[in-house]
Amino acid sequence: MASVVFYFQVHQPFRLRRYSIFDSDSNYFDDKRNAEICRKVAAKCYAPANAVMLDLIKRHEGRFRISYSLTGAVIRQLQQWAPEVLDSFRALARTGAVEFIAETYYHSLSFLYSRAEFVAQTAAQVDLMEELFGQRPRVFRNTELTYNNDVARVVEEMGFDGILTEGADHVLGYRSPTFVYNPPTCRRLRLLMKNYRLSDDIAFRFSNRGWAEWPLTTEKFAGWVDQINGNGYVCNLFMDYETFGEHQWADTGIFKFIDALPGAVMQTGKNDFLTVAQAIDRYPSVGEVDVPHMISWADTERDISAWLGNSMQANALHDVYELADSVLATGDAALIDDWRRLQTSDHFYYMCTKWFSDGDVHKYFNPYESPYAAYINYMNILENVRARIAGA
Amino acid sequence: MKVFMLGWEFPPHISGGLGTACFGLTKGLDAVGVEVSFVLPTAVPADTRTHVTLRTPDALANPPLPGRAAANLATVAGEASATAAAVEAFKHVTLHQVEAYLSPYARPELTSRETALLLEQITQQLAAGTTIEQLGPLGQLLPGALPASLPAALAHSLAPAAGGMPSGAMDKGPGANYAGDLMGQVYRYARLALELSKREDFDVVHAHDWMTYPAGLAVAAATGKPLVVHVHSTEFDRAGESPNQQVYDIERMGMHAAARVVCVSGLTRNIVVRRYGVDPARTDVVYNAVEMPAAGAPWRLAPLRRNEKIVLFLGRLTMQKGPEYFLRAARMVVDRYPNVRFVMAGSGDMITACVKEAADLKLGRYVTFTGFLRGPDVDRAFEMADLYVMPSVSEPFGIAPLEAMSHNVPVLISKQSGVSEVLTHVLKVDFWDVDEMANKILAVLKHPPLQKTLRQCGSTELRKLSWKDSAQKLKDIYCQVADEPR
Repeated sequence: MASVVFYFQVHQPFRLRRYSIFDSDSNYFDDKRNAEICRKVAAKCYAPANAVMLDLIKRHEGRFRISYSLTGAVIRQLQQWAPEVLDSFRALARTGAVEFIAETYYHSLSFLYSRAEFVAQTAAQVDLMEELFGQRPRVFRNTELTYNNDVARVVEEMGFDGILTEGADHVLGYRSPTFVYNPPTCRRLRLLMKNYRLSDDIAFRFSNRGWAEWPLTTEKFAGWVDQINGNGYVCNLFMDYETFGEHQWADTGIFKFIDALPGAVMQTGKNDFLTVAQAIDRYPSVGEVDVPHMISWADTERDISAWLGNSMQANALHDVYELADSVLATGDAALIDDWRRLQTSDHFYYMCTKWFSDGDVHKYFNPYESPYAAYINYMNILENVRARIAGA
Repeated sequence: MKVFMLGWEFPPHISGGLGTACFGLTKGLDAVGVEVSFVLPTAVPADTRTHVTLRTPDALANPPLPGRAAANLATVAGEASATAAAVEAFKHVTLHQVEAYLSPYARPELTSRETALLLEQITQQLAAGTTIEQLGPLGQLLPGALPASLPAALAHSLAPAAGGMPSGAMDKGPGANYAGDLMGQVYRYARLALELSKREDFDVVHAHDWMTYPAGLAVAAATGKPLVVHVHSTEFDRAGESPNQQVYDIERMGMHAAARVVCVSGLTRNIVVRRYGVDPARTDVVYNAVEMPAAGAPWRLAPLRRNEKIVLFLGRLTMQKGPEYFLRAARMVVDRYPNVRFVMAGSGDMITACVKEAADLKLGRYVTFTGFLRGPDVDRAFEMADLYVMPSVSEPFGIAPLEAMSHNVPVLISKQSGVSEVLTHVLKVDFWDVDEMANKILAVLKHPPLQKTLRQCGSTELRKLSWKDSAQKLKDIYCQVADEPR
């Protein structure tokens, strides 16, 4: 039996407006643009994809199962600008075939800088999942699948049963991401590692006509899933939900592909679909995977250099977390919320200078003209946050 | 492949100028195996190598032999102390000491009546626009491209001229400064170049900027060799919306007669296409580059670090360079970061206006005017700077930011510059957006990690720009127009 474990990441940052050093108001966020992007992505991806998923679950009578991780940031945007999408997530939750995963509410890198903040943001997101979808997440994923042994230990202490990360080659070595593992520091916590080859076949290569396997048919993909039999149990397909309709446009046939995939996978009767918690419940750990250094699902390096790769990023991250005690001491809810929204990892991703000149994916998702502009804007806002703290 | 190259400046005394580009390209061409015969209106230093033969009008009296460039230069130096001083004086073009520098050209024994007549004939034919086909490679001239005003302009310029260039002519862009003697120099240069060209064998004529276009046209017409013109700047960059008609006409005639028009940036290419009506298919963009300081350069004392940050403007103080935007941004900066000094290095027709503007803005304590800086002083200025700002209103390319980066200085450039097409690890701003300019200057002053990242990434990026690559592109263009396999 090979079990396909789909997990979709749903996140939108609160993008910042152009904030000059000469500005002094506390409106940091570009609501117009955020609303625009939220509505666009909702129309192109979230709404049609949710409709397909709901239909698939009903058609396959609950045997098609999926997991989502929704950040607090995206939920707040959906509440404000696309409430119908939130309703469709609720409808998915009611099927019983959908599991919601825990993460930091603000999609932050708080683990690296403030343990208290990390715990608080995770608790906030867990509460939100329970409130919206009636289930308390049992499995955790850290922002951008950043992970090491230390994260695993803390997450187990927080009571979670499983954690997700990247199936990075330099970590797994000869081993395969098709098994369930456990971190060396944990007794109970189970580790599911992304099958990046098969995940990226859908998320990145699906519409690439230069790819030898193009066009990717459901039969072909189901065949690859079937090959896991005898060499593992799980096929961890982790990807951004925006894959459907946003990264891969509807005209690439991505919706038709996902619509036909469950039927093709389950056709032989040998393979099925599981949510993340079901996967760790069903399959035992085959061994320890030791991850002393931080890994992530980003870029080819699979490290955290996309967020913490240059001096500007290190400085901005350091400075925002340095304010933790003084911000919290103000008791000013709006200020605290602003400060937390400034922790969203995207702000630091925009400051990444890796490959900037080559105009790749980093540039594509970057609302700034350069990583330098992103840093300058961010630091100007932080200065205003400091002024507000001082004035509180 | 041998190119007969017509330049106006060569030794890069003036930071970032046309001379720097000609020098870099020529060195690059040398490296890719193109022979260059470089015609200059003034003496050059004896730092020449292999394929490059430097021709100055003085050398006419003593025709060079292969590999004897240095000897020719020696005769130049021996000619008169005035000529020797000319090399030095060249740096002072913007400091109004040009008479001595240009006077050698006015010597009657260097002019040839025959040559003058030939050039007059050719240019008048071109101007009339009737016998283009008879002019061989110039037959590509587009019909109707020639301005009616030209014959008079040419007739005037071909008349014997006396005296030197009016002071400041090289840096005062628009208007009257081009009248009279500069035009006279331009056509004297053309006559001399034509004379020289008869003693040379070459495949392509390459002319840099309008001052050498008449020479390029004449040489191409006389020899039947294809003409490549190189646009380092246009009259619209120098003079804004009030171009000098004579200069525009010469630029347009050169561009239309040329087999290929090489532009220093996409920005310039657009101007060439839109405002000069050149067929885009005949244009190329060849970016400039920068020479990295040689490893093992002489060790220098570290500059004294005062307890203040230095923001540097280095360039001519002219409308084109936007010095007033720099000062207005400075005003906004000092209110928030008083521990700063704005250094304005350069001279130009706006220097008085800038000094007054600084005073009006009550920036006296914060702004230093250094006047025109030469080689070692330019290096020192860069070494002291925490940020180099180029707020140009219109900058066809802009080598100076590359020079700043080669000194490991972070740079802020206007988006209205050609160099912003090749640089990503710099700060960019619209020249008119003074608020944003101040915002970015302040960020560099306040946040050392920004400086550090700009320096690190900038130095990596800079290594990708080389004169050799630019020269290789030129070589490809030469081969295409000379119809010769590469």
